[in-house]
Amino acid sequence: MTETRKVAVVAGNRIPFARQDKTYRHASNSDMLTAALNGLVDRTGLGGQELGEVVAGAVLKHARDWNMVREVVLGSKLAPTTPAYDVQQACGTGLEAAILVGNKIALGQIDAGIAGGVDTASDAPIAVNDRLRNILLDLNRAKTFQDRLKVLARVRPKDVVPEIPRNAEPRTRKSMGDHAALTALEWGITREAQDELAYRSHINLAKAYDRGFQDDLLTPYLGLEKDQNLRPDTTLEKLAKLKTVYGKGETATMTAGNSTPLTDGASAVLLSTDEWAAEHGLRPLAYLTHSQTAAVDYVKGAEGLLMAPAYAVPKMLKRANLTLQDFDYYEIHEAFASQVLATLKAWEDPIFCKERLGLDAPLGEIDRDKLNVNGSSLAAGHPFAATGGRILAALAKQLDENGGGRGLISICAAGGQGVVAILEK
Amino acid sequence: MTDRYQTFTRTPLGQTLVKNLGLPDPTPLPRWTEGSPVIDGPVVFGAIGETDAGKAIQALLRDIGASFSTATEGVASSEIRPKALVFDATGATSTADLTSLQRFFSPVIRQLAPAGRVIVVGRTPELAQSAEQQIAQRALEGFTRSLGKEVKRGATVNLVYVAPDAHEQLDSTLRFFLSTKSAYVDAQVVRIGTGPLVSNDPDQPLAGKTALVTGAARGIGAAIADTLARDGATVIGVDVPQNADALRTVISKIGGTELLLDVTAVDAPQRIAAHAVEHHGGLDIVVHNAGITRDKRLANMRTDAWDAVLDVNLRAPERITNHLLDSNALRDGGSIIGVASIAGIAGNNGQTNYATSKAGVIGLVQALAPKPMLTERQIRINAVAPGFIETEMTAKIPFTIREVGRRINSLQQGGLPIDVAETIAWFADPASAGVTGNVVRVCGQSLLGA
Repeated sequence: MTETRKVAVVAGNRIPFARQDKTYRHASNSDMLTAALNGLVDRTGLGGQELGEVVAGAVLKHARDWNMVREVVLGSKLAPTTPAYDVQQACGTGLEAAILVGNKIALGQIDAGIAGGVDTASDAPIAVNDRLRNILLDLNRAKTFQDRLKVLARVRPKDVVPEIPRNAEPRTRKSMGDHAALTALEWGITREAQDELAYRSHINLAKAYDRGFQDDLLTPYLGLEKDQNLRPDTTLEKLAKLKTVYGKGETATMTAGNSTPLTDGASAVLLSTDEWAAEHGLRPLAYLTHSQTAAVDYVKGAEGLLMAPAYAVPKMLKRANLTLQDFDYYEIHEAFASQVLATLKAWEDPIFCKERLGLDAPLGEIDRDKLNVNGSSLAAGHPFAATGGRILAALAKQLDENGGGRGLISICAAGGQGVVAILEK
Repeated sequence: MTDRYQTFTRTPLGQTLVKNLGLPDPTPLPRWTEGSPVIDGPVVFGAIGETDAGKAIQALLRDIGASFSTATEGVASSEIRPKALVFDATGATSTADLTSLQRFFSPVIRQLAPAGRVIVVGRTPELAQSAEQQIAQRALEGFTRSLGKEVKRGATVNLVYVAPDAHEQLDSTLRFFLSTKSAYVDAQVVRIGTGPLVSNDPDQPLAGKTALVTGAARGIGAAIADTLARDGATVIGVDVPQNADALRTVISKIGGTELLLDVTAVDAPQRIAAHAVEHHGGLDIVVHNAGITRDKRLANMRTDAWDAVLDVNLRAPERITNHLLDSNALRDGGSIIGVASIAGIAGNNGQTNYATSKAGVIGLVQALAPKPMLTERQIRINAVAPGFIETEMTAKIPFTIREVGRRINSLQQGGLPIDVAETIAWFADPASAGVTGNVVRVCGQSLLGA
């Protein structure tokens, strides 16, 4: 096999993220992904060009969108000869899509591609329940009028109750927040620490907007120019007043303020080789150098639902021959403030690192001033599949601004999974 | 968890029906409250000859201020209602001496007060000096177990075997069996060996000690935490994060520390040891109370139901115990207490997994108790085997099965979590230095596995 090629992150774009049932309530996944994609094509001057591939996905997807990304490409400013496919790995979708594109570039199979993700919590797919679905399918199979009547007679009032997608784990029937609340308790993550992290997320994202950092990372959409969830004027006092929403009684610590809200939005990231970028008048912002996925057995309670990144990162560090402290920036997706804090605490814990990770010494502390320096999901919101692209683009730009350095990305996902990566310049 | 039937039997109508229909008539069992004397009535003491054990028993009776007599004839013909009958049978060297049992008990047994106590003290048969002595001593078990079924009105009968030269270790055990702390412990056999002599304040026997209780958030675990704290221990309450709130309620009342974790987690033993050492400098008492049921007949048993029960009930206590011993987090003179079950002794339909795990707990006690690793450090290991205990868990049992479970024991009622907790507190007491390798049932002499 030939030597692998460097994978550059060249540009990124997203639409501002909107809160559920607000500005984007009538926008479909395809609409939003098209907007994010066209914005990227415009900014990079790739209109009419054929790319190696476009890979993206959505977590909550309509059945009719079975070929969503290809359809989006056909409706976009890219050449219609650009292939595309859908992927889905829950909240890890966006980053996993970038890893897939990056791997093809590294292997020389393609020179450039776009990775992205989109999600809507507003325009959610509502399905008929399984019983009615079976009846309707039988109706379709019925040959005679009498047969059709017989099938229709099976319909009962309860059959018209639709199935609405729930943010819950199929195997435990607990919501992600309830799972996170258990992990928060297990690791003794306090309400104060969570509120502090949420506060910093809002302040950091607000600062990023103020200094124009977001200007070439966003395309306004439906009149929205900034993330709708951002509260630049929030204070620790305001956060402390919120009622808890997950967990029970006096041990509950998680509020709407330190948990991410349901959000709508889309993102896209352009990856290529150095040569391809130069040929197209573009330049690398940073390089995608390592990635890793891991999963944990949360079903039997052996590990917390959102703790997989704590396992993925040390595996990746070992392969990259790096320590946790060898980074200038840490982008840990804030599904819940408690998830970030529990992950950091686990890495500092000698027992966890020895018994669960099999390490001789703990990974250790990180410099908190390097964490989510431009805000993260608590402030921006978290349209599941779109988060990976948001983080990749922002970290690549931050590394470029910094004149180099190294950044760690960590994203937890439903089903007890974690996707992590390293960007370097 | 009120026993409605028992409440009904206390009403005038209930009494009439019970008497005329021959229904079960469970006597309400008094439980120990702070400040109560060890025993609140006269004691009659009998013996086969003068022995060291006999002297130790009489010294204790004097010590606790009990009014006691050694003459049975006077009692039999008088209005005196003894609260306890204590018989020292350690002097029985052959089956000829067994005659004394009948001679002593027959005249007075009818006089025994409600919720009275019968304690027979014998010599550990396996340590007998002759075959004749061993036979005679072994015979005592049949006597106490039968008498347990004969005495009514909440009285209990227990047998305490004491090893040669271990008579000084009798105190904490006799205090336990004489008092209402042993209200639901009936027809049990306890073996006492030698050990260091520990004299502590019987009101605060666990003062200065740190106790770990798993599954402390509710039910029996909460009662154990309360009781050990009452006796002076600082409690580390362990439970899964799901029960955080209930655990906090228990611990905030008694002022210990909380540790939220799943005992089956790979690093649970390390975490427990680290917490104990960091917050309390170490541990003295470990109570493996956390337990679950996933009942199904074996033919329908799912792999995860089997594994979960074995993991929580048996493998976790085994792993945690081993780590606490290896790491020296458990201090010298410590006490390890397992929670078995009568299902682990008698077996139970639909509980192959549960009974396997609970019998395994008994195995854990028997395997570890004689190990030099424990004996050299005076670390003891025992287990309780609860029968039908009135908890949230048993409240969910269907009515008829619950009623049967409650009544098929000599005391004709269910036990309370406190009964299990008191037994554990007796095991935990440093003065019980000679008590190791025992499995004591807290079952009111259940017919199951008897």
